[in-house]
Amino acid sequence: MKTGIVVFPGTNRERDMVQALTLASGQAPQMLWHQQDSVDGLDLVVLPGGFSFGDYLRSGAMAAHSPIMNAVRAFAQKGGYVLGVCNGFQILTESQLLPGALLRNAGMRFLSQDCHLKVEGRDSAFTAGWQTGDVFRAPMAHGDGNYTAAPDVLDRLEGEGRVAFRYCNADGVVSDDDTRINMNGSARSIAGVLSENRRVCGLMPHPENLTDEAVGGTDGLPLFKGIMEAMGV
Amino acid sequence: MTTAAVDIDLARSFGLKDDEYEKVLSIMGRTPSLTELGIFSVMWSEHCSYKSSRLHLKTLPTKAPWVIHGPGENAGVVDIGEGLAAVFKMESHNHPSFIEPYQGAATGVGGILRDVFTMGARPIANLNALRFGAPDNADTKRVVDGVVRGIGGYGNCVGVPTVGGEVNFHRSYNGNPLVNAMTVGLAQQDRIFLSAAAGVGNPVVYVGSKTGRDGIHGATMSSAEFDAESSSKRPTVQVGDPFTEKLLIEACLELMATDAVVAIQDMGAAGLTSSAVEMASKGGIGIDLELDHVPQREANMQAYEMMLSESQERMLMVLRPDRTEAARKIFEKWELDFAIVGHLTDSGRITVRHKGQVEADIPLGPLADEAPIYDRPTEPYDVPAPLTTPADPVGIEGALRTLLASSDIASRAWIWNQYDSTVGGQTVQRPGGADSAIVRVEGTKRGLAMTTDCTPRYGQADPYVGGAQAVAEVWRNLTATGAKPLAMTDNLNFGSPENPRIMAQFVQAVKGIGDAGRALDFPVVSGNVSLYNETRGEDGQATAIQPAPVIGGVGVFEDVAQSIGLAMPEEGELLLVGETRGELGQSLWLREVCGREEGAPPRVDFAEERRNGDFVRGQIQQGAVDACHDLADGGLLVALAEMVMASGNGCKLQTAPHGMAEHAYWFGEDQARYVVVTRQADAFMAQADAAGVPVRRLGHAGGETLQLADDISLTAQQLRDLHESFFPHLMGAE
Repeated sequence: MKTGIVVFPGTNRERDMVQALTLASGQAPQMLWHQQDSVDGLDLVVLPGGFSFGDYLRSGAMAAHSPIMNAVRAFAQKGGYVLGVCNGFQILTESQLLPGALLRNAGMRFLSQDCHLKVEGRDSAFTAGWQTGDVFRAPMAHGDGNYTAAPDVLDRLEGEGRVAFRYCNADGVVSDDDTRINMNGSARSIAGVLSENRRVCGLMPHPENLTDEAVGGTDGLPLFKGIMEAMGV
Repeated sequence: MTTAAVDIDLARSFGLKDDEYEKVLSIMGRTPSLTELGIFSVMWSEHCSYKSSRLHLKTLPTKAPWVIHGPGENAGVVDIGEGLAAVFKMESHNHPSFIEPYQGAATGVGGILRDVFTMGARPIANLNALRFGAPDNADTKRVVDGVVRGIGGYGNCVGVPTVGGEVNFHRSYNGNPLVNAMTVGLAQQDRIFLSAAAGVGNPVVYVGSKTGRDGIHGATMSSAEFDAESSSKRPTVQVGDPFTEKLLIEACLELMATDAVVAIQDMGAAGLTSSAVEMASKGGIGIDLELDHVPQREANMQAYEMMLSESQERMLMVLRPDRTEAARKIFEKWELDFAIVGHLTDSGRITVRHKGQVEADIPLGPLADEAPIYDRPTEPYDVPAPLTTPADPVGIEGALRTLLASSDIASRAWIWNQYDSTVGGQTVQRPGGADSAIVRVEGTKRGLAMTTDCTPRYGQADPYVGGAQAVAEVWRNLTATGAKPLAMTDNLNFGSPENPRIMAQFVQAVKGIGDAGRALDFPVVSGNVSLYNETRGEDGQATAIQPAPVIGGVGVFEDVAQSIGLAMPEEGELLLVGETRGELGQSLWLREVCGREEGAPPRVDFAEERRNGDFVRGQIQQGAVDACHDLADGGLLVALAEMVMASGNGCKLQTAPHGMAEHAYWFGEDQARYVVVTRQADAFMAQADAAGVPVRRLGHAGGETLQLADDISLTAQQLRDLHESFFPHLMGAE
């Protein structure tokens, strides 16, 4: 299986993602420069975290217009697997590959601390490493993670089982209004969503930063193991 | 040449003293041009020339077998094994951070990052040592908010984890906060880049952001005290762009993987002037600059403005001529400016041309090496007598509650939760998890421990102890994780050196740092001096800061899996290593509970520090210790409470020994002490006895409360509620 990680100017979590993918698959991913116009030959494209183009217009907005995103759109339309984490999630919503948008955190401050996520999405490679209802820990590090979408879009996401992950506490309790649990104020505590075909997933927290026992734990490893298994690696 | 009205009045307004201007006239043999006067004034500013501190800094220990480059380069470089090196330095951005807290702090982070990646190192961690005014001072909230947002805004975007640091509050910083930023980088020992230019005819290349009019005379501003007019100096504060910095890091490291770079220097304080002068004078060579080629952000910039601009995110390099086009392609890929702005000469002079005119032509030797050096007078410093142990007005539990909620002990989570501490994927201990932050060395089992520390109230009472204690505590913080301490960087923040009493503080603190460094085999490999940290009030009286000789330290683990944190385990015996005399002079107990800032600070005994520390580290490395925390602010009971809060596991403590006041035992700030938790207490105590290390049994880990005899029983949550109350309260409705 071949994976690729897209690097935009300002991307800064690509090394973390290399480490996680290499640990999970035993193979080092390819690095893809934002000016490339092809992602041919890949099975999975990852958009990692960072501040693409400084996030100066709007998080992910300029990256969404990079040459490589045309290739990623075509790749997704053909059923390719795409994972976007943090800035990668923002780029996916800006590219219309996922519904909704990510606003400034409700508290108006950058959030860097562990959160807990409840696994909800059905029938997807991105959640296959867990059982539905499982709770895992992941670090957050974002200023714009407050997920929002029109009520009918949110209803549809929930109805179709396309909410992949929701913020919860260590006991799995979800509470939209509790800022200790749903820290960035996301609509319906949504932390990650899936595309209609369940092959594109975006989430704000960083499972890639908890994939190694020596560096904080392996709570995030099932994300990558699940993807590899679903893709037959 | 430009014929501006250059005279002694203009020289004074540029910060030059009259005798310094006389020296300029004698070096030049004529009246200097405006640009030349500007160059002299910034190069001879305190900030760039270290003219008041240099004589004393020369006394510091700087060598050890593992030191690769000590002071004099952009950052210190130490051997961490496997052909790798840690590259690190701390630097202040105090004055700009008061005038414009967000940009002042942000550009402080940017500047120290450049000092480190200039040397070929990838920055792997940031730390920051912050000192703010009193919590009840009306301006403190503004400064805290801006500084924290600025550090986060810059550090988070460049993708370097902010893993540690420290914060103090005191009224002496009301008009003069301290923002000291430290960066640690990782390099291959055989790929270290230095700043000495070489090769007559080699091109001088400018890369990074364009030059604007921001920050002109920033270095001069940083070399003067504040007054009521300081806010009008806002235009001298630079504006940071972390996105460009990130591109610059990647482009420079990509270029440095080739053989194109002969020498490289970031443009920091005094911008193009100091980078060009330093590179050429270190190389014993001359430099010609053609300012027409400098990428410019604004129209009609004069030579004087370009030479003194402190626009951020810029570097100056000397390249091999045959590699210049390949280098240009790398910077084009990263969408950064790249311009050949001059070449090296054999003239021994810096010559600056603009629009066909020679705007400056100065001999480098006198400019760089013959900068003024002052042996400033000192006046004897009265060190207070030791404190007689005062009566306990509130009891042990009352004092613990007060201390946990006090400004210098309260949880800093409000701050560090705004800093990305995990980017890079190597952070083993995040803030609060151990006495030092711990970062794995990518691709190896090795790890680095890093920390910053200083206790200004000790230095205010006794500057020598202030310097020595800062070093000892940093060394102890590294030791308590199991790391081998390697070296330190010092960031010396003081008031005006022209005041003999302040100069005495400085001299004594440097002596303390030097003695501690020698005794602990812990050399100084880089550093920064920030003087004139004082504010002149409307009554004309100057208020100097409590002196802050801040120390940053780095230690190494051969196997980072052997490192330990401070969180209380579920089980194990608690042991107190080191002797407790119950020293309450200058303690937080005295300040917070009794409202007194009195007495002599605790003694620092280097032999005791070394003996106890080496023993504890040995035990950790053998795997005999499950958790360890050094004792510092607030003493023993505060340290134990911190351990309980870190994990939620409780502990049961024995009462204080007979013959010592209980509050002196629990809250005394005696040095050279650690709490360890071990499941091999008997063996630990036997070996300590053999090593001559005093150890006392304290109690056991376990349960859900911090329990002291039958009197005190507090859950982790109760402790946290106290500990976490300070910042939200300070920062208002959040």
